[in-house]
Amino acid sequence: MHHPGTNNKVYKKINDNFEWSSENFKKISEIIKKYPSNRIQSAVIPLLDLAQRQNNGWLSKNSMEKVAETLSMSYIRVLEVATFYSMFNLEPIGKNFVQICRTTPCWLRGSDKLSKVAKEVCETNIGETSDDEVFTVVEVECLGACCNAPMVQINDDYYEDLDEESFKKILQDLKDNKSIKVGSQIGRKSSQPERKFDA
Amino acid sequence: MLKEKDKIFKNLYGFEDWKLEGAKKRGIWSNTKELIKMGSEKIVEEIKNSQLRGRGGAGFPAGLKWSFMPKDSGKDHYLVVNADESEPGTCKDREIMRNDPHLLLEGCLVAAFAMHAHTCYIYIRGEYYSESSNLQKAIDEAYANNLIGKNACGTGWDFDIYLHRGAGAYICGEETALLESLEGKKGQPRLKPPFPAGAGLYGCPTTVTNVETVAVSPTILRRGSKWFADLGSANNTGTKIFSISGHVNNPCNVEEEMGIPLKELIEKHAGGVIGGWENLLAVIPGGASVPLLPKSICDTVKMDFDSLKEVQSGLGTAAVIVMNKSTDIVEAIARLSHFYKHESCGQCTPCREGTGWMYRMMEKMIHGNVEHQDIDKILDVTKQIEGHTICALGDAAAWPIQGLFRHFRPEIEKRIQERNRRVA
Repeated sequence: MHHPGTNNKVYKKINDNFEWSSENFKKISEIIKKYPSNRIQSAVIPLLDLAQRQNNGWLSKNSMEKVAETLSMSYIRVLEVATFYSMFNLEPIGKNFVQICRTTPCWLRGSDKLSKVAKEVCETNIGETSDDEVFTVVEVECLGACCNAPMVQINDDYYEDLDEESFKKILQDLKDNKSIKVGSQIGRKSSQPERKFDA
Repeated sequence: MLKEKDKIFKNLYGFEDWKLEGAKKRGIWSNTKELIKMGSEKIVEEIKNSQLRGRGGAGFPAGLKWSFMPKDSGKDHYLVVNADESEPGTCKDREIMRNDPHLLLEGCLVAAFAMHAHTCYIYIRGEYYSESSNLQKAIDEAYANNLIGKNACGTGWDFDIYLHRGAGAYICGEETALLESLEGKKGQPRLKPPFPAGAGLYGCPTTVTNVETVAVSPTILRRGSKWFADLGSANNTGTKIFSISGHVNNPCNVEEEMGIPLKELIEKHAGGVIGGWENLLAVIPGGASVPLLPKSICDTVKMDFDSLKEVQSGLGTAAVIVMNKSTDIVEAIARLSHFYKHESCGQCTPCREGTGWMYRMMEKMIHGNVEHQDIDKILDVTKQIEGHTICALGDAAAWPIQGLFRHFRPEIEKRIQERNRRVA
């Protein structure tokens, strides 16, 4: 099962030079303050996250080298962190990064049906990016929202209490550039027991 | 059933305001200064007397753990809150962090003071984006109102809380892997000893503890250890958030008294098993790592550390995964095996190689595509992984499979026979 975050290869295409945006540069000085002054390597995960956000959701070789330079680390130490953690994508992804939880609690409530829906609507296989680069669809392990299963994460947000219909609608709306509702799709407040509500 | 007045998590579902103003209405931060004035020894004593056991899975007595921190080491001390909630089935800390973050922050101050720590890191899993943003807002509010920071709550104690987001690795829920990750390295567990209380984060005395354990501690101090110890039974005291998922009518998180019967928990709070109690096949009572229980045990078992240990399972994180008779139980466990294969950090050979091998075997077993003796072989392999790795991920990968064969061996034997018949 392919996932851009579990890929251990650095993407070959050499892209443009990576420089921190001025906004992120300010953020970095705030982040580094959290850690003792001789331990700024601790900031490597937050900085990789920033770099990934600035670089359209993935880490190029240049961006990782930039992180290494910023934290006075050797490149290999940054690369080993980037390859270890699944949230760091080492190849380009589509505009909407759709991560479908496949672990047992979500599977019990029908996550494999969601994968089928995603394949149809996004017109791509699991682990791949659609030709128009609007979607990258992957299956991932437990995202920690089991009481709201089945659920998917699209970019930063969770979409919960899904079924085939509501998931199809979400993907279609994304395709049509419409706004979508974050969180529970049946109007539930976090993980409250009640599922039926008076209108 | 737990009475409303004994609930610690009054805003578990987020019906009320999670910000400082709402938190104060619920009594959080009300007399924190007095709690701190009890002094660190008295605080640890109270937590010990309450018999609070760690809520992260292992169930280690919290007061005892706090008391391991040296009194005068000459180094900085650290409190690290483990919010890397990734155990399949578990989603309780998420609700605390997004709906009642101040409860956690107050707990951080009290716990850190008790273990002489001026600094606290909260390590939250990277996927919890909106949760971390709520928590960060709460931290900012607490700083702005001088509840934390220099002279926190007017106690003369300087205290900083920093939020650190992870990046998607289950193994970082293991305390030493978490510390490695916090130091900016791959999250691979450390050999113990030295234990974190001796040499943890940056080589300094550190205690790593679960969100829920920290969040309940101020309430225990306020209402007294006796109140907490009177809930539940001896050695299994207090309240606990149960995450009920899978084949139930109303999956939910719910705070209940420790030791509630499993059947009552599912029927009262989660609307019962889909298709009725008789349609129940099995339950995983404490998150993916613990062995499953067949219906016959579920009928009577109580949800606490000792009762579940007696039936060769465990309370773990109290994440109840319910499976009814429509479930392919072998695939359910095979999916967990895939999870462990995916999440093994690759440091110890038995786990790195074993989790992959077990997953491939389990995949074959779904279709009965193995020999009869392979069942004993896979059990033998689980025994060789269990206890032979640095951290408990190896054990966690082995136990669900052992549990499956303990209770459902005839099911797999049937599949093998059926396949043999088909092939012949």
